[in-house]
Amino acid sequence: MKWLGNNWDQVLVALGEHIVISFTALAIAFFLSLVIGILAARSERVFRWAIAFTGFLYTIPTLAFLALLIPVVGLGRANAIICMVAFSLMIMIRNVAIGIREVPADVVDAARGMGMRGIDILAMIELPLALPVIVAGLRIATVTVISVAVVAAYINAGGLGTLIFSGISNDFAPKIWVGGLTSCALAVAADLSLARIERWLRHRAD
Amino acid sequence: MLFIDAWQFIVAHPGRFAGALTTHVALSAAALGLAIAMAVPVGVLLADSRRGTQLAITAANFGRTLPSLAVLALVMPLLGTGFVPALFALTLLALPPILINTCAALQQVDADLVDAARGMGMTYAQVMNQVELPVAMPVIFAGIRTASVQVVSGAVLASYIGGGGLGDFITAGIAMMALPQLLVGAIPATMLALGADWLFGLLQRTLTPVGMRAT
Repeated sequence: MKWLGNNWDQVLVALGEHIVISFTALAIAFFLSLVIGILAARSERVFRWAIAFTGFLYTIPTLAFLALLIPVVGLGRANAIICMVAFSLMIMIRNVAIGIREVPADVVDAARGMGMRGIDILAMIELPLALPVIVAGLRIATVTVISVAVVAAYINAGGLGTLIFSGISNDFAPKIWVGGLTSCALAVAADLSLARIERWLRHRAD
Repeated sequence: MLFIDAWQFIVAHPGRFAGALTTHVALSAAALGLAIAMAVPVGVLLADSRRGTQLAITAANFGRTLPSLAVLALVMPLLGTGFVPALFALTLLALPPILINTCAALQQVDADLVDAARGMGMTYAQVMNQVELPVAMPVIFAGIRTASVQVVSGAVLASYIGGGGLGDFITAGIAMMALPQLLVGAIPATMLALGADWLFGLLQRTLTPVGMRAT
């Protein structure tokens, strides 16, 4: 605790970097997942291929993935972000596609009968109704990415992992605790905020 | 070119490569085995009460937010460095998915099925062993499958606390910026993770009772 009192500025910088890496990756991955997920909801073949490929990316161990990207993009933040995007795609594509598929066919039929076009049905009927499932996927991806992004410090991407790695090399436990627990707290806070946003969006729609 | 260099590195250091691979597999298999031996019985006990299940899920969800690297690093001040501390940390990491899935799977077993078995005069242990566990098996194995991939991935990080394994080539490769050496660690580690996923997926299908298989 004494260490934290004297070094809180260092912790804040690490936290800031961690937030930038995780949320940049999540934003990119969410956009890609929406596009691919919508296509996958329409076609079983796209669904199967997308899940097989992104499932493969998901299985690659994080440190191995970061290492494999080094010959291609070198060390640093870009490497970490690409790795985190690849890691979170499967969770979100699956939820977007399943969420849209579970929208009752009658509702879509009714909308079509009222003369709505495909794009309007997607934006005003399908996506809002699929929202809980889509946000559930986003929440899992967020918690996972925040916790996995810790490893990115090893390839000079910064973030809370820097505290843990320097704690390991100096054999100084307080730094490891601060790094680990701050990452925990960030994951919990992000998870709860997303739950809150989802409830707000749902109430607004009612 | 890089791949050929990586291959030549393996050919030049067969002992080191085989050693790291063996350590990696041993570490992962032992951690997964210990986690199954602990989480499945505890899950069976907790699944009996709704409160117990809730407790297990809350604890496991908290465990999920704690970074694997932090778990490994925090074990070091307590147990030092080497194989045993790494094994301890990886076992902890493998517990949550198996525990959650065991509890959830047992709670979802159709109550009529259990009633019918009781009505036929089966004892508590018989109902558990011959009805509940077989019906819950696919979901329990889905948890073991998730845990297996996490353990193989986590074992790559074990290198930081002197646990050995394929991570040693990656950390050395990054430290010296020796790209072929990076691949010597990264490619086999990826293949092991994919292999574990495949193997447990196969076991999950094989152990699903014939009557429950999707045709």
